[in-house]
Amino acid sequence: MKFRLYLGVVGALLLMASCKDNGGSEVVDVQFVKPSHFPEPVYNFAENEVTTEGFVLGRTLFYDGKLSRDNSISCGSCHQQSAAFTHHGHDLSHGIDDQLGSRNAPPVMNLAWQSTFFWDGGVHDLDLFSLAPIENPVEMDEKLDVVLEKLRNDPRYPPLFNAAFGTPEISTGRLLKALSQFMLMCVSADSDYDRMLLGTGPDLSTEAMAGMETFNQKCASCHSGVLFTDYSFRNNGLNRAFNQDAGRERITLNPEDRFKFKVPSLRNVARTGPYMHDGRYYNLEAVLNYYASGMVDQENLDPLLRKSDGTPGIDLSANEKENIIAFLKTLSDEQFIRNPELAEQ
Amino acid sequence: MKNIRIAGYLLLTASLLVFTQCKKDDDNDPNETGHFEMEFDNIVGGEELNLGTGTYTNAAGETFSVTLLNYYISNIELIRADGSVYAMPQDSSYFLVKESDDASHAIEIEDVPAGDYTSVRFVVGVDSLRNTMDIGQRTGVLDPANNTGDDNMYWTWNSGYIFFKMEGLSPQAPVDPGGLNKYRFHIGGFGGMSSPTINNVKTVTLDFNGVKALVRKDAHPHAHIFVDVAKVFEGETTVKIAENSTVMFSPFSVNIANNYQHMFVVDHIHQ
Repeated sequence: MKFRLYLGVVGALLLMASCKDNGGSEVVDVQFVKPSHFPEPVYNFAENEVTTEGFVLGRTLFYDGKLSRDNSISCGSCHQQSAAFTHHGHDLSHGIDDQLGSRNAPPVMNLAWQSTFFWDGGVHDLDLFSLAPIENPVEMDEKLDVVLEKLRNDPRYPPLFNAAFGTPEISTGRLLKALSQFMLMCVSADSDYDRMLLGTGPDLSTEAMAGMETFNQKCASCHSGVLFTDYSFRNNGLNRAFNQDAGRERITLNPEDRFKFKVPSLRNVARTGPYMHDGRYYNLEAVLNYYASGMVDQENLDPLLRKSDGTPGIDLSANEKENIIAFLKTLSDEQFIRNPELAEQ
Repeated sequence: MKNIRIAGYLLLTASLLVFTQCKKDDDNDPNETGHFEMEFDNIVGGEELNLGTGTYTNAAGETFSVTLLNYYISNIELIRADGSVYAMPQDSSYFLVKESDDASHAIEIEDVPAGDYTSVRFVVGVDSLRNTMDIGQRTGVLDPANNTGDDNMYWTWNSGYIFFKMEGLSPQAPVDPGGLNKYRFHIGGFGGMSSPTINNVKTVTLDFNGVKALVRKDAHPHAHIFVDVAKVFEGETTVKIAENSTVMFSPFSVNIANNYQHMFVVDHIHQ
């Protein structure tokens, strides 16, 4: 079968299908196909074409605790498919030895369209991303050379690397590119919203349609386009009293970037709580209440978040908030979170 | 008669020697290549650097030791008297000098076209292009897997190489969370990928002080370079450990990079 990004019900059935070869092992034909209503991806596929074998290797690595110091934490520990590859229910993620990180785990989703990674954009290439959680002392806390050695000594891996890259050599570049191949295939483009947009599914509810209208007027200048983000870094006026994380300024050293964080995509947002870079809001109601009336005026507050009288916030009635939430729920992609090819095997 | 004959032989031999010498001097057959070695000899002021055991005094009068010293040297170019340049092939032009590893102190440049070289130019650190290059092309000293633990020279959270890393103890350093009076300088920053930021990539040119390093098929000169880490603390900015015991990715790092670009000097050339 082809694990492609077919849209609509037929595509969904294909995605769920599987077949067996004579040896009884699962055979999938994996390739990256851009959803028709998405922009061109920014990832450089010329240097790392997604192949079935590369994807299978990447998936094995993604779910392997060997990437951590005590073999207990895998990428999938904090990026769980059922929560659109976030750490559901965790404001901050606990990594190795139950140590807490400082930011909320973002979803592994639609990364082929993303040109910077992390809330502060500190990493500019998906292939360089995985180094960070592997070596972060509060995430996986493992040394890269030790990871490579563990993989070389695991009889499963040399054949998987051979299949993916032509020789059994296990190197930094191959490890990272295989992980990228798996993550690149974590594409979410098949929500009720997408089906409505493409005319392959039913209309959205009246509430959701009303919510979409309000959303387009009041939220879409930042959460823009079909990916629901412009990938910019903005200060959205959170109360900084108990969290002085400087955000983007840590990367640029530019004081104008203080407290700016990346605008997150809202795809699958109903499943990716808690919200904000530090996970301070546990549900979407709290988020919308915050945007309506909880914002704190401060230096660097994004100008788009000021009302015409200069005060911070977005005018939202109770009804508008409910409708926006109804709309946001149409961005949930059941095929994405249930796709067995993306799950631990 | 016999003496005259011997004298004649000697004269002949001497003239042959002179002739050979002249030929050697003038022969710049571009197809002929030799090699050139750069030796990075880390010192502190006028003293030998003894890793972990030596104690030294910086320009601010503070006492310090050096427990770790690593820095990248890259993009090496040898320059002839007429200004023409031999640049090492880029892919093989990255070196990590580690005080803890004697073998890393000598950089051997192979296949240098024969010529009379009078200076050398190199980057202290890693150029911005290589900082943003595909991971598959980052091998050897640029592979993050080859420099891990204390020797780590790559920032994973803010993609880019650490160009210069120096750590040690100093009674003037405030006590760190591990209970040590330690200073840590981890200097990097290639200018930023999506937004501009600090650029600590430094290009250094070292003159051979009027000496010509003659590279020939059978002549392999060797530049002995003193690297005086006392210079890290002095120059445009006097760096005080008491005030800046931890300098990593921060605006102040620019001052340290501006200082350390002057720590290299060619002491002599071995022909």
